Amino acid sequence: MIRAIVRYVDERSGTAPFLKRALRYVFPDHWSFLLGEVALYAFVILVGTGIYLTLFFEPSTAQTYYTGHYLPLRGHQMSVAYRSGVDLSFKVRAGLLMRQTHHWAADVFVAAIVLHMLRIFFTGAYRKPRDLTYYIGLTMLILALLEGYLGYSIVDDLLSGMGLAIGYSVLMSIPFVGGNLAMLLWGGPFPGTSAFESRMYIAHVFLFPILIATLLGLHLFLVAARHHTQFRESRRTTEKKVVGIPTFPGQAPRSLGLFFAVAAVLFLLGGLVQINPIWLWGPYHVAQGTNGAQPDWYLGWLIGALRLVPNFDVTIGHYTLVPNPFWGGALFPLVVFMLLYLAPSLERRFTGEYGFRNVLDRPRDAPWRTALGAALFTWVFVIFFAGASDRIFVSFGVSYEAQIWAFRVLAVVAPFVALLATYRLCLALQESDRLDRIRRRAEAEARGEMPQPE
Amino acid sequence: MSAFRKWAIAFGVLLLGRKKRQPRVVDRPRIVPPGEPDPRAEWLVLLLLLLAAAAAVGFIVVYSFNHLAHQTQYLGLALGLALAFVAVALIVVGKRLVVTEELEEDYSLPHSTAQEELQQLVDESGDRFTRKRLLLAGGTAAAGAIGAALVVPALSLGPLFDTGALYETPWRRGVRLVDEHGKPLLLDEIERETFYTAYAQGADKELLGAPVVVVRFEPSQLHLPAARRDWAPGGVVAYSKICTHAGCAIALFRKPTFPVVEPGPALICPCHYSTFDPTRAAKVIFGPAGRPLPQLPLAVDANGVLRAAGNFSGPVGPAWSGVRSKPPRNPS
Repeated sequence: MIRAIVRYVDERSGTAPFLKRALRYVFPDHWSFLLGEVALYAFVILVGTGIYLTLFFEPSTAQTYYTGHYLPLRGHQMSVAYRSGVDLSFKVRAGLLMRQTHHWAADVFVAAIVLHMLRIFFTGAYRKPRDLTYYIGLTMLILALLEGYLGYSIVDDLLSGMGLAIGYSVLMSIPFVGGNLAMLLWGGPFPGTSAFESRMYIAHVFLFPILIATLLGLHLFLVAARHHTQFRESRRTTEKKVVGIPTFPGQAPRSLGLFFAVAAVLFLLGGLVQINPIWLWGPYHVAQGTNGAQPDWYLGWLIGALRLVPNFDVTIGHYTLVPNPFWGGALFPLVVFMLLYLAPSLERRFTGEYGFRNVLDRPRDAPWRTALGAALFTWVFVIFFAGASDRIFVSFGVSYEAQIWAFRVLAVVAPFVALLATYRLCLALQESDRLDRIRRRAEAEARGEMPQPE
Repeated sequence: MSAFRKWAIAFGVLLLGRKKRQPRVVDRPRIVPPGEPDPRAEWLVLLLLLLAAAAAVGFIVVYSFNHLAHQTQYLGLALGLALAFVAVALIVVGKRLVVTEELEEDYSLPHSTAQEELQQLVDESGDRFTRKRLLLAGGTAAAGAIGAALVVPALSLGPLFDTGALYETPWRRGVRLVDEHGKPLLLDEIERETFYTAYAQGADKELLGAPVVVVRFEPSQLHLPAARRDWAPGGVVAYSKICTHAGCAIALFRKPTFPVVEPGPALICPCHYSTFDPTRAAKVIFGPAGRPLPQLPLAVDANGVLRAAGNFSGPVGPAWSGVRSKPPRNPS
């Protein structure tokens, strides 16, 4: 049986030698290497559930009236898009399961990418020859953020509309050309022409998924072409040789098991834990808004940044040079991603290390990278947290205005504190490692063993 | 019947019988190192796979119900459990039933010879060209122009060079203020320190320029600029309902219940909490908005109906480079 399949495939494709090598490809075994796989599997679930949703969702802003079974919306005027979103939640059997699983998968997808990126950053896995892989990964993160934003925007519920109004304003705020770009993309002043919904839809279900899938393929190809990095775990793991378990039979059941585990968690979440109950938000109308509106978690850093900027527009006479949302909504994410994109080349310049780096650093062993990374991510995290300040006010009664002032100060001070504290911590950990080695060597000598070279 | 029984027995024997290890025909050394069988793990995997099948069948059964309370929850539970059982089964296979080997492989190095040959190949291919730079310039011109030609149709998306529509609002002198059902707002029916939303009569409610917030104060509470003294008949003020920061609707009104210690009245946007003082021409008192809400001058007609006395004090909606350059106008 197996012989027949192997013969069939090889005689028609000539890939037996390649497949044999692929099955014996070596994976270093470390739990943190699975984060990227989680993102990959969440993407698979996203595509699957997403295709199902397209069979029912109608991307149209044509106005209609709700006549279904959900009483609070009966007789309300709404777009066809929103009504089909409500219908696929209530009328389509398994529709709500698929919609909620899709939404959860999106949140998990971005979370897994971010954690994967932090692992790559703090272990220095982005160094040559894997810098290109890292740039592609960052690009996929940006695309994933936009894709998620588009996804919850096309439903045309109240939160969709509020989110789109903010997106429109951020685009408008780009100096010189913002107003023109917004007119181009929306086809007119907000909320734009009816074609805008189709534009978002085709971008969400086709353009962005295709882009992400293409980059994903390239990313995985580059990973395989240059092999995984590895931690220095034994004397066999060196810059020259990778040590680990083969794809088959060792890695395959584990990886496939992880896929099923991710799928299981997502469907359990989708079935049991409510997310984005669009029927509670109601349809969007330009004149409506709601308190306590929060975006999906991965846009929290942007809403925080928009809220923290003090009230000013930069103007020259009657010309508005920099409208306010530019700082938080456009410049802030731009700076964060520029720093992340520049990290490999900046590191090469400052350390003078231009060679191949296959063995990972423990974070403590590269104190400057770790400290600078901690500062950057603390900055982002403080601002992310500021995005929740209205919820903190509701839950704990801390004055909103006092919080904003506190977060403004924290956003400036906390990164420096994190920088210094992390740097000192790394040095302290190095020192404790050193003492540990000395102690162990002394104990070995006391037992009369030959000291092992490190 | 007996034929069926024979088949059933044969099937059972085939399924339950354990295969004897056949001596391997090939006399090559093993690739995968040998390991001991683990019958308990095999049974565990079998059990997990059967549980997965049962849960998946459960999903189909739950799906087949027409009206079932908590159907979504049961569907998610059944499918999630089915997948989870397979996940655990695979992990048991990975940990207990396949050999865990540790292999070594060389990291690949740059192919310096191939690199040089590639470079040589490209170099030599261009030997017959004598005006390389000129041809390169020509190629760049062609590629750039064709690229631009392919991008230009994207301009049909919207009026890239005409931002005039951003100044347009449906308000002009005499337009009545109506509520969401189209009923005109009467001055006498506007209560003090209550929050109303009104629209321009006859206009599309989904335009950024259409909705206004209407609030009434004691005329003595209002501190409008001198030029706007007569914009608030009976102490009623109207401002654009669209936040000048990020375009959300000003959906919140802060009404002091105990004015001695509480801050004054405010219009607040729930997106980023830009806070405007409606008694002082919607001046920004907190939050990120860069300019006040545009004010709509009001008048009262002979029937007591609120009407606009002109267009807004400035363009509505979020800021862009030209937002302060021109006054708002009506669509022509």
